Amino acid sequence: MGERFVTRGFVGRRDAPGAGGDLRARTPPGQYLTSDFPVLSAGPTPRTDLDRWSFRIEGLVDRPIEWTWDEFLALPARDWVVDISCVTKWTHLDMRWRGVSVDTLLEGVELDPAAAFVIAWCDGDYTTNLPLADVLNGQAFVAYEYDGAPLRPEHGGPARLVVPARYFWKSAKWIRGFRIQAADEPGFWESLGYHNRGDQWLEERYSGD
Amino acid sequence: MTGDREKRMAMDEQLVLDGNAAGGLLAAAYGADVTSWRGRCVHCGTISVVATLRVYVGGPGTVLRCPVCAGVVIRIAETPTGLRLDERGMAELGPGR
Repeated sequence: MGERFVTRGFVGRRDAPGAGGDLRARTPPGQYLTSDFPVLSAGPTPRTDLDRWSFRIEGLVDRPIEWTWDEFLALPARDWVVDISCVTKWTHLDMRWRGVSVDTLLEGVELDPAAAFVIAWCDGDYTTNLPLADVLNGQAFVAYEYDGAPLRPEHGGPARLVVPARYFWKSAKWIRGFRIQAADEPGFWESLGYHNRGDQWLEERYSGD
Repeated sequence: MTGDREKRMAMDEQLVLDGNAAGGLLAAAYGADVTSWRGRCVHCGTISVVATLRVYVGGPGTVLRCPVCAGVVIRIAETPTGLRLDERGMAELGPGR
């Protein structure tokens, strides 16, 4: 995947001085802190059998790649502790996940030089769009555990994308793959007035913000 | 990506309401009470009254889905610059014929 993608930030805002640190400094503008994990869905919870689940990377790659559930679990994974902010204004600090970094997933393909955007697509016909530069270098992962347990269906299980540096609608539930494109393509909410990028620190809630 | 229609879709979510729950929002979007209007789902062809659509609220916007196939028929987002309406999933939407 070339040198032209540079790190634009780090997940989790780990600059806060420990658990007793300044919580306000870790809370993006306009957000309130919660220890809940609200369930917000644009549709019914899909129930895809794990023996029929797969994760596929297609589009501007030398050859599409697809993992079964067992193959996906065998990929190198790590624990992530990150702060999550939803555009509905809740922020939950130090959410604990386990999953595979997008960097690891993209090691399975060779990107076309024109590749610039990732379209995450999901069961339930949900999509969200992200620049490749926003998901590389440890900025995003596909999670299948939350707080030490398998990710529950209402929270996006069996697997969801997690992009901590963006509002949570970018962290697509029930993810099934990436389509790599040269051109951007606004996703489910981005095409209905929500911000195309969704940086919670810049309060990019709506298009035009 | 949209072809996997055989997947099982649970329709019993706690957040699921019927179309009446979006009546106020729909009235703001259409300038009329449209809960008695009918339309045809472009995904499966089912003709439904708006009041019988499945409504999902609480996310960034409000999503209305076909009660039969769960396909998205209407989406509404409230933004600072006004309501954004996407009704491409509902053909021939109008007062009952």
